[in-house]
Amino acid sequence: MKPFSYVAPKSLQEAFQVLAKASGAGQVRALVGGTDLIDQVRQNRRTPSVVMDVKRIPEMMRLDWIPGEGLHIGAAVPCTDTAAFPTVTELYPSIQESCGLVGSTQIQNRASIGGNVCNSAPSADTVPPLISYSARAVIIGPRGRREVPLETFFTGPGQNVLAPDEILLETIVPPPPPNSSGHYLRFIPRNEMDIAVVGIASMIVLAPRSSQCTQARIVLASVAPTPVRARAAEAVLEGKTITAALIQQAGEAAVEAAKPITDVRGTIEYRKELVKVLTRRTLGLCMDSLGRKV
Amino acid sequence: MSLAKERGQENGRKGFFINLLINRAIELEEKVPKIAVSFTINGEPKEILVQPWQTLLDAMRDELLLTGTKEGCGNGNCGACTVILNGRAINSCCMLAVEAEGQKIITVEGLATNGKLDPLQQAFISHGALQCGFCTPGFLMSARAFLNVNPHPSEHEIRLAIAGNLCRCTGYDKIVRAIQAVAQGEA
Repeated sequence: MKPFSYVAPKSLQEAFQVLAKASGAGQVRALVGGTDLIDQVRQNRRTPSVVMDVKRIPEMMRLDWIPGEGLHIGAAVPCTDTAAFPTVTELYPSIQESCGLVGSTQIQNRASIGGNVCNSAPSADTVPPLISYSARAVIIGPRGRREVPLETFFTGPGQNVLAPDEILLETIVPPPPPNSSGHYLRFIPRNEMDIAVVGIASMIVLAPRSSQCTQARIVLASVAPTPVRARAAEAVLEGKTITAALIQQAGEAAVEAAKPITDVRGTIEYRKELVKVLTRRTLGLCMDSLGRKV
Repeated sequence: MSLAKERGQENGRKGFFINLLINRAIELEEKVPKIAVSFTINGEPKEILVQPWQTLLDAMRDELLLTGTKEGCGNGNCGACTVILNGRAINSCCMLAVEAEGQKIITVEGLATNGKLDPLQQAFISHGALQCGFCTPGFLMSARAFLNVNPHPSEHEIRLAIAGNLCRCTGYDKIVRAIQAVAQGEA
């Protein structure tokens, strides 16, 4: 392990002073739950010179719903709090479901969605639901503030668009469209405490009083270097009346976006099969939630 | 694990005193200033000096000699190091000691009051919910934090609450029965 120094800024201004001194990639690393970072540092998988605890910055702990604007999830809000937030339980079931899947109770009490996003693992459970709701990442640093669609935030396993002097401030999730539903499922070979072999978030919008799909989002985890949208599967659904046969077809189409590898958790073939099954199941759950069981 | 312990292991576990020497040498060589951190642990205010990379687990065990909390996997999988931080169960191996500034921590040493065991501790004994006992402090702390917010859980809820704790001896059933007994006021 490489020694590091620790800072815990109490304001964004103090954090910017620390970030302004960062001269290389990964030199300053933001700390929230530590459930990934501390292990990575000890294993020499990340070697920051400065670990910056951002939990004492009030803006990082923001969790609030603004009608018409959306849900603000500060980068340091623990998964436990996000999952219990009334707006999340009412409007964003797949976000609630994914927060409850990140590790154990102990992990969820410390780990945040922001940390899950910045760790940028292809298997991150909280990411597919956020992308399915078109969430945006708010990035800040001494040079200013910018927003990027979360869909374009990831550049590879453990890698993202953050510059050395930037950190994630929050994710903003737009209000879910009327008559929509979203669900997340992941497959692991046991009941709890494992990393997704495959994870799928689906979100569909139906035309009023019908089963006609006006918008679909299907996002896959653990089957590519980054989370990916299954655009072909979305196209299968959009503009059509959702039936069991169409869901079957969407599952087949979702495999096109999957470029999985064979590793200890599963083979390429197994993962592709799981993409079909979980896509069908999440779409089925969405239709159930909309009162239109297929 | 401290830097010294880790380097000591890299050097082939040459023993405790060599680790101490290495520890001292590293401190002098790299002139890493220790950081003062104060928190409340088991109701007592404490202030200790820690290295920035020292985990809460190591600081509790090595600086405060509270060795009831165990290190199993050291990466957040096994739950042997579970303590209650501000009312919530967390893995103390995945938290830096410096992060504990101003926080309230309860360890297994803080469960009994006035020499009387916590009902969970009593139930683990009477239900034989342990064999080697290494995971027990972690299970007790997870169960205590859980019952404090959900005093009458279902069996499924109990199993979910202890999913972050591994036991290689009991097969879990007796642990679940012990927690159920406390929830039902039978302990």
